[in-house]
Amino acid sequence: MITRRELFDPAAVAGLIAEIRARAAGLKRRVTLMEVCGTHTNAIAAAGLRRLLPDTVRLISGPGCPVCVTPVGYVDRAEALAARPETTVCTFGDLLRVPSSSGSLERARAGGADIRVVYSPRDAVGIARANPGRTVIFLGVGFETTVPTVAAALAEAEAGGVSNFLVLAGHKVMPEPLSALAGDPDVQVDGFICPGHVSVITGWKAFAFLPEKFGIPAAVAGFTPTDVLRGVLDLVGQHVDGKAEVHNVYSRVVTADGNPVARATVDRFFAKADAVWRGLGLIPGSGLDLRPGFSHRDAAAIPVEVGEPEEPAGCMCGDVLKGAIDPPDCPLFGTTCSPATPVGACMVSSEGACAAWHRHERLMGAGR
Amino acid sequence: MSKIDTILLAHGGGGRLTHELVAEAFLPAFSNPALAALSDSAILAELPPGRPALTTDAFVVDPLEFPGGDLGVLSVCGTVNDLAVAGARPLWLTFAVILEEGLDGALLHRLVAGAARAAAEAGVAIVAGDTKVVPRGKGDRAFIVTAGLGVVPPGRELGDRRIVAGDVLLVSGPIAEHGATIVACRHDLAGPGLRSDCAPLASLVEALLASGADVHAMHDPTRGGVATTCNEVASRSGLRIVIDETAVPVSPQVASVCEVLGLDPLYIASEGRLLAWVAADHAGRALDALRAHPLGAGAAVIGRVETRAAGRAPVALATAFGVERPLDLLVGGEVPRIC
Repeated sequence: MITRRELFDPAAVAGLIAEIRARAAGLKRRVTLMEVCGTHTNAIAAAGLRRLLPDTVRLISGPGCPVCVTPVGYVDRAEALAARPETTVCTFGDLLRVPSSSGSLERARAGGADIRVVYSPRDAVGIARANPGRTVIFLGVGFETTVPTVAAALAEAEAGGVSNFLVLAGHKVMPEPLSALAGDPDVQVDGFICPGHVSVITGWKAFAFLPEKFGIPAAVAGFTPTDVLRGVLDLVGQHVDGKAEVHNVYSRVVTADGNPVARATVDRFFAKADAVWRGLGLIPGSGLDLRPGFSHRDAAAIPVEVGEPEEPAGCMCGDVLKGAIDPPDCPLFGTTCSPATPVGACMVSSEGACAAWHRHERLMGAGR
Repeated sequence: MSKIDTILLAHGGGGRLTHELVAEAFLPAFSNPALAALSDSAILAELPPGRPALTTDAFVVDPLEFPGGDLGVLSVCGTVNDLAVAGARPLWLTFAVILEEGLDGALLHRLVAGAARAAAEAGVAIVAGDTKVVPRGKGDRAFIVTAGLGVVPPGRELGDRRIVAGDVLLVSGPIAEHGATIVACRHDLAGPGLRSDCAPLASLVEALLASGADVHAMHDPTRGGVATTCNEVASRSGLRIVIDETAVPVSPQVASVCEVLGLDPLYIASEGRLLAWVAADHAGRALDALRAHPLGAGAAVIGRVETRAAGRAPVALATAFGVERPLDLLVGGEVPRIC
């Protein structure tokens, strides 16, 4: 029998914190480090790392939660598709509770729509195969890490002649929004903790543009508390030494070039397209749409009536996603906007910055 | 061998087939005079001294059978445990089943045998029952509703209002084994060493109380797990509970299932674990009493009670890294149909 103790290594965490404190003593000013992955967001919040770091190191969460950055219009369209006859919509569980303009997929399901939670896009292909009379639509939401699994499902459907499997593509890629943030004069980010999972696919070289083009140091990091702290230590060290490079502190998993097979599978089905990010707006080339040759798989081509999406009023998610404010600085945080009644993008998914903060860092007194 | 190989709508019709079902499936398994009388109501012996305690629960677990138990076992344990943690000695249970037309008769026999086994272990008699059958497609194979009657012996005072700052929180064994087993079954992740903890807690509770330890309150952390139960207790007692992350026992199998599915064991149900709030200077005695019982071999002190401070989370986790984080109520039901 083990205890939860053995799932972590407190001694290693304490050692890294001490190292970071020692290095941070050489900082000339406070540095703001941004991570851009929902798993990082949660790892940092759940371990309480913010309260262990020195005041001169500020950790913020960028647009790293795929569900959070999915625009309301996408959910509206998914809801409308689910209302069609003989249609089954398959989705990851995260998307169920996201508010649409008029409700949510969870409410639509309670109202009789056939909406099923799957753990893999290939489960949806199985559902399509077992129900040839129904149109089965997978809600493709996610970053570089998730898209290969959707591409693999499409390949399986193509090879197996499963003609009733479709995808509503809402995928997004990481470099473009990071580029937009790095180039935004209103955004002050002194270092990026780059997403380890995404880098497994893209390779760490995909983030070399951050130091090269914008002079901002970057560190590709994993997801245990010690992984994250190694990233923080690296970025603090780069600042103290006056460097701006991309470093891979997750080398047990991430390589320079990533996974070319996965990228080729994605490339077969998807092409870069402009995409709207909730809270950030339209970012050119930041999405992945189905290629014209696979329009028979494209659920976006099914005509449904969708009204003008209604974005929530008063929400400051855009400022949170840019790191301009911390979640508690939004007047809605913890009052009208909470995980039970989410208003904005960052509260809707458990991976969002506001949800993680609400769940793990609220009501912890000083040292927020 | 039983004549019942498949449940038909007529098994719930009240006629010949219903009688046959009761006579073959239920009476022999639950064998006791009160039930065998088959009267409209079971007429019971006079209650022993004390205050009667009454509870009811519905069980819809999916899958119906899982490592460590089945719907029948669960339907008895759940109700017995609700009585036991309230300090009541469970005496009698009722047992109502809602079956879907077409249910495999052998499966029904196994579920009933499971319930009978758990009842015998808990020392309770199933004295009344009901059977309904719904058309195929209108239910999901089998649901069971049980109610339980027990008695809190004179002088036994337990409740969240008795908890005071300084109390310690004990758990009787590794957490989350029931919920983790159920979700593992659903996702083909079940492996050796993973089994539901579902068990009747009546004798463990009696052993704990007989030790003379000053027990203030008890709960079984079912739906929502330890974190949710602690939130409910914190709310009712007006106190603050801090759980020590490094002290909470979690088996490696449960830890890995939770890791794969992104679940936190603190929010996952147990069906045979006891949480006890005990006066601090009685912690050792309580721990010894729990560990001396087969169901409490893995008992541990996992938390403490503090006075509530403004602006601080009512339930917090002291992490392995020396900081606290709040343990909120879970939003939404991420693991449906675990009991």
